[in-house]
Amino acid sequence: MMPRFWPMVRKEFLQMRRDRLTLGLMFGVPVLQLLMFGFAIQTDVRHIPTVVVDESRTPESRDVIAALENTGSFRIVAHLDGRPALDAAFARGDAQAAIVIPNDYPRNLGRGTTATIQVIVDASDPLSSQSALAAAAGVGQARNLTILAAAAGRTSLPVDVRIRPRYNPGLRSPNYIVPGLVGVILTMTMVLITAMAIVRERERGTLEQLIVTPITKTELMLGKITPYIGVGLFQMTAVLVLGRFVFDVPLMGSLWSLYGVSLVFIVASLSLGLFISTLVRTQQQAMQLSFFFMLPTILLSGFMFPRQAMPEFFQWLGLLLPLTPFLEVLRGILLKGVGLGALWPQTLLLAGFAVGLITLAVRRFHKTLD
Amino acid sequence: MTDVAVDIRELTRRFGALTAVSQLTLQIARGEVFGLLGPNGSGKTTTIRMLCGLLDPTSGSATVAGIDIRTAPERVKMQIGYMSQRFGLYEDLSVAENLEFYGGIYGLRGTAQATRLAEVVAFLGLGNRMRQLAAQLSGGWKQRLALGCALLHQPPVLFLDEPTAGVDPAARRTFWSAIHDLARRGTTVLVTTHYMDEAERCDRLAMLSLGHLISLGTPAEVAQQVGGKTLEDAYIILQERDER
Repeated sequence: MMPRFWPMVRKEFLQMRRDRLTLGLMFGVPVLQLLMFGFAIQTDVRHIPTVVVDESRTPESRDVIAALENTGSFRIVAHLDGRPALDAAFARGDAQAAIVIPNDYPRNLGRGTTATIQVIVDASDPLSSQSALAAAAGVGQARNLTILAAAAGRTSLPVDVRIRPRYNPGLRSPNYIVPGLVGVILTMTMVLITAMAIVRERERGTLEQLIVTPITKTELMLGKITPYIGVGLFQMTAVLVLGRFVFDVPLMGSLWSLYGVSLVFIVASLSLGLFISTLVRTQQQAMQLSFFFMLPTILLSGFMFPRQAMPEFFQWLGLLLPLTPFLEVLRGILLKGVGLGALWPQTLLLAGFAVGLITLAVRRFHKTLD
Repeated sequence: MTDVAVDIRELTRRFGALTAVSQLTLQIARGEVFGLLGPNGSGKTTTIRMLCGLLDPTSGSATVAGIDIRTAPERVKMQIGYMSQRFGLYEDLSVAENLEFYGGIYGLRGTAQATRLAEVVAFLGLGNRMRQLAAQLSGGWKQRLALGCALLHQPPVLFLDEPTAGVDPAARRTFWSAIHDLARRGTTVLVTTHYMDEAERCDRLAMLSLGHLISLGTPAEVAQQVGGKTLEDAYIILQERDER
């Protein structure tokens, strides 16, 4: 069966080994990207620069300012005298949050009427203002409860909501980002490498010589992608090892399941690249088409932004990207320790992508020059 | 098998409004060295590409080694060796690696492959070049390597598209003696060329212009047909007449 498959694999492997630059990129880029993005991307914004306008300057006002600062969300950079100075600090970007305590704060507090404090955030970047808003609300609520409980003569609260962030107790960003990066890095390299594969031979004139031989389309296509399956598995291992030892990302589930599903995902990505390769005439077009595909992959797959927040249409659209189910598998196995028993729909979808795309690529490819 | 190795009947190929090959009819006998002569754009390459299965004919038919190129193009591929105008082998692989790759693609394995490779290497004198990357070879050596890869499966029919373009005269001479060696052993060779001295070395010639067959016969007959003293005279006379 497929007698010309192995000679094709061997040839691709030899060429890959000889292309030092590409080889370096294939192995160096994942490591660099992981280190860079692993450290750089933090989804919980803390210590945002904050200015304080404290009109009352009393122990009570200082107490509430300290409480806000202790949440870790605010970093107080200056005490200002009044509103105009505050506006200027926002405009310059020196401050992204402000705490304003009016003159009558301690008086109202003492009288038992509502005492007001104001927390202002720069919401031009909603993501970074979210944690500040939540922290401010939390501090307010805690204060209210303590005061009300004391007034009612209770020593304990009537209801205690206990929050337990399961699977990522420390709410650490790397736990979320690193598994995603495995998928993103694999998509980028696998799709791009094979997108170039057929057109490169076409441009160099080697395809003409190859297609006058009895090699079948399937032998040619499978032979092209097989060496890169190894590259993909190596890249994944490198990222996982670094993730484990540099970023302390856990590996809860079975390594076998992880590698099994990843193999399917790698084949799907390589097949997608091959398919792109059959759509274009030049390497430049192949590159453009691959990049065109990369942006939605990063934005719609759930790597950066939660898919639940997207309109339903885009959630469906996201399912057309192989990365979407793969991310669920990665996070499921790495963080939750879930087995394939729970992840089979995603695995099946990935297998569908792999088989569908390679079939499409073989169908579209013709052993002629026009 | 009959004694006709390549049988071309009214073969036509159009690219949009342009007719690259028009109603070409030709028979090439087994063991013949047959030349296709004509300037650029006369349809030589298109003809060879159709016979190899690289382009589909618009109309007409042809058989190669008795196999119909329209109904069984993949079966034709085992019967032919092909050298394209442009060097079509892998420049980032060595001579040996290119030969081994094509040996594998043509289904040669193990000792059978080693034996056949050794024969071809000896025949073309590639022995000292085996470890060199193809990119580092001169034009003449590249051409020999390309011929070697096309010969590995001992095809009964060889298609050579301007095999000696850009090759020095000494290398051309060695190449042509190899071609005649192969023909003596029964291989049919269809070769395109610009060079008159090469055309003289063919058993028969077909002269093409703008996709039409304008003359057919031995080099002497083709020269006579137009009353030219030499083949070169005939070439120019025929060309001018056809273009008017």
